[in-house]
Amino acid sequence: MSGLHIIQYDVVVIGGGPAGMAAAVKAKELGLNVLLLDDNEYLGGILPQCIHPGFGIHYFKEELTGPEFAYRLTKRALELGVDYYTAARVLEIKNYSDIEKVVIFSSPKGAFEVWTKTIIYAAGARERHAFEIGIVGDRGAGIYTAGEAQTLMDIYGIMPGREIVIVGSGDVGLIMARRFALEGANVKAVIELMPYPGGLARNIMILKDFDIPLYLSHKVVEVKGKNRVERVKVIKVDENLNEIPGTEFWIECDTVVISAGLIPSVKLLTNIGAEIDPATGGPIVNDLFETTIPGIFAAGNTVLINDLVDYVAEQGELAAYGAKLFIENGGIPTKHWIKLRKGENVRLLIPHYLSGERDVFIYARVKRPMENVEVRFPEIGKRLRLPIVKPAEMLRLKLRKEDIAKAKDEITMEVVPL
Amino acid sequence: MKTKVAIIGAGISGASIARVLSRYENLEVHLIEKAPDVGWGVSKANTALIHGGYDDDPKKYPMRAKLCIKGNRLWHEWVKELQIPHIWNGALIVATKEEDFDELERLIERGRENGIPEMRIVDRDELFHLEPGLTKEAIGALWVPIVGQIGPIPAVIAIVENAVANGVKTHLETEVRGIKVENGEVKGVETNNGFIEADIVINAAGLYADEVARMAGIDYFEIHPRKGEYFLFDDAIPGPKRVLFPTPTPISKGIVVTTEISGHLMIGPNAQDLPPEEKEDLATTRGGLEQVWEGAKKLWPNLPPKWKVIRTFAGLRPEPTGGDFIIKAEEEVWGFINVAGIRSPGLTSAPAIAYEVAEIIQCDLGVGLVEKTKWNPYRKEITHFFMLSPAQINELVKKNPAYGKVICRCNHVSEGDVLEAIERMKFIGVKMPSVDSVKFRTKATTGTCQGSFCRPRIIQLLAKEYNIPPWKVTLKGSGSEIGIGDVKVLVRGDEA
Repeated sequence: MSGLHIIQYDVVVIGGGPAGMAAAVKAKELGLNVLLLDDNEYLGGILPQCIHPGFGIHYFKEELTGPEFAYRLTKRALELGVDYYTAARVLEIKNYSDIEKVVIFSSPKGAFEVWTKTIIYAAGARERHAFEIGIVGDRGAGIYTAGEAQTLMDIYGIMPGREIVIVGSGDVGLIMARRFALEGANVKAVIELMPYPGGLARNIMILKDFDIPLYLSHKVVEVKGKNRVERVKVIKVDENLNEIPGTEFWIECDTVVISAGLIPSVKLLTNIGAEIDPATGGPIVNDLFETTIPGIFAAGNTVLINDLVDYVAEQGELAAYGAKLFIENGGIPTKHWIKLRKGENVRLLIPHYLSGERDVFIYARVKRPMENVEVRFPEIGKRLRLPIVKPAEMLRLKLRKEDIAKAKDEITMEVVPL
Repeated sequence: MKTKVAIIGAGISGASIARVLSRYENLEVHLIEKAPDVGWGVSKANTALIHGGYDDDPKKYPMRAKLCIKGNRLWHEWVKELQIPHIWNGALIVATKEEDFDELERLIERGRENGIPEMRIVDRDELFHLEPGLTKEAIGALWVPIVGQIGPIPAVIAIVENAVANGVKTHLETEVRGIKVENGEVKGVETNNGFIEADIVINAAGLYADEVARMAGIDYFEIHPRKGEYFLFDDAIPGPKRVLFPTPTPISKGIVVTTEISGHLMIGPNAQDLPPEEKEDLATTRGGLEQVWEGAKKLWPNLPPKWKVIRTFAGLRPEPTGGDFIIKAEEEVWGFINVAGIRSPGLTSAPAIAYEVAEIIQCDLGVGLVEKTKWNPYRKEITHFFMLSPAQINELVKKNPAYGKVICRCNHVSEGDVLEAIERMKFIGVKMPSVDSVKFRTKATTGTCQGSFCRPRIIQLLAKEYNIPPWKVTLKGSGSEIGIGDVKVLVRGDEA
């Protein structure tokens, strides 16, 4: 192509959040020639706006804030001399062959065509917004996703409003409830559709700490306020999530914060035909986080929505290791893959395929909360007891390669009451 | 001496009139709009169709029947001269019952009467060849190749930019409070920004045309709003290639299924009549959206799941007393021209309406129009990063690095696009920096994520360019500010 700057790498990492940065650092440590790309002005992804603690206990063995976590990875990447571009948006990925791929990106320095042997796709996720969850009514100012409100407050210093209703009790919503309360806003309610809260236990505590009412089994159905939000209509739902007529009430507010879950960003992957798991919304991956397209790896929230940044970084490292193995062998050498299947009370799990050649962490979420359960893998006779499982908290379980190797073609994971 | 013309309303009608009148040496044209930007009223939310002109009965609605097809033909020129995003993809009016063919035959007949020879019936086989995703109930259709789609607000913006380049003066955020009439002649327009002197006042005030007419003492018609609601789906959802209509009923053209010009499957509208005082009610309703869903399903059974909806919105059509467009010089007030009740197919008819008004000025008001020797019919479209090749990006980046920096992830809008949008906003006199003004020019914030990534970045760019604190940037004009102050505003107890 004429007029394009052409460059060459072993691995191009798309996304400079925790998964991408951990992947780039690890790939560099493994001796690969790596390019890291991010479309923000700064590295770190969403971390620089997460000014609360709770990051890094597993990965750095100490509790950090988001900016601190991002700083550590950035510092390491700079020390190692990882090549990177910020304000760089990947426009297209082309998969010419197993060992020849092209990444086209644009930046203030121009458009580039990168030839690479492998790609690690760590594009993160986006938030569901008001229209996707069926809210009707007016479309004035004051309706934000939780992440956008967080960007406005913690990156740009803008106070979005003073009377706040939070839709959804996921972690981002709860953290934003606290954030607003700390700045003196009146957080009038958190409205949760499900009969149980959506966030981690430590974040549910925020509601008690700041005396914020939580409405379980309720939903926001309408927003009023032509120029600016004036009030929202809330209705109760039954156990099948059907609205109960006559239970409607209005809450006066000037701001609605939508925290209704995240959706993996996979557009560039699907454009080149990577298979997507409808349960996670992310690509189907093996135990090296390789997608169904050889040499294209994925990591972090683009694969599945994680609750801890530590897991995200861990996945990035594994993908880097996968890229190294891929380059050295001209492809991942595993001949026989064992499929990991969802059984009783398992909503989603990754990786989808296991080699049995290495120990793996399985990341899974249950469908509904349960106490005193056993997690079973019947084909290999492995069992594990847990006092409690919740949809909001991801299960991360280790399977040893010796155990995995006992299976022929499939391993099922089920979560059953004792 | 120049004849001063004041056009009230910078929607598609007012803008088109301004453009056509900008051709004449002896007119001084003022375009007055109460909103902060152009095209934000009725023109903003509609089905964005350039209709085929076959369905208005010339006996019942002579103006509509005449101007729709004339407008369609003119749009084929205007989209080229003004580089307005468009597609001529044609329409299928789908029959699902044998009786429907009687109505389709009637439409062909009426089409011929209105001057549209290019229509024909397609049989079931051809229909499914054209649109495999249609309902299996379909048994044939009327094929109208001259139907198309445009971006309605981009069209208004393009027309106004061209009009301003040709000397039209805009007055935005200017609300008309009164019409000055002396001895049966208009003298000008009272506004919140002072008096604008005029020899001719053109009332293109959309939903408020009845109120503006009453200011001049003309009260023979009333406008009531008819609400239509729409769903817009994510861009990866396959939609039809052509515009799909059901066979019309006596009261409605029916719910349309189409892929709008940005590639999103769109369905709508329903029709709900509102009382005349509810001209600001743009709220979507669950009942209305349900109607749209059910109606669309009849044509396009494979509607995506509801969580693939990226936006729902409502628009209002100004329904006049009598139903036909009211386009005339009012005899009791010399110099006052009504362009009122411009409901569907108003977008299609707009260029023809403009020429009609020029004709009225000449014939009924007796103002001889003198053409300018140098009138510029062309306007260049804003740079759209998403349309550039990598080589073109590199050319632009040499001039300004901002063109290489993508700020809208979903639609690939660059910072350069946004800065250019701001320049164009200033060129036509937009005073109030708003996210919507950028959105309608660049498509930023209209993608899958609906702006949660790029809106904060656009706010920064606007704040910087207009030199105001970021929280004072508005979503869509005064009262829709993004925030209330810096993050310590509540703790401090004073508002920034």
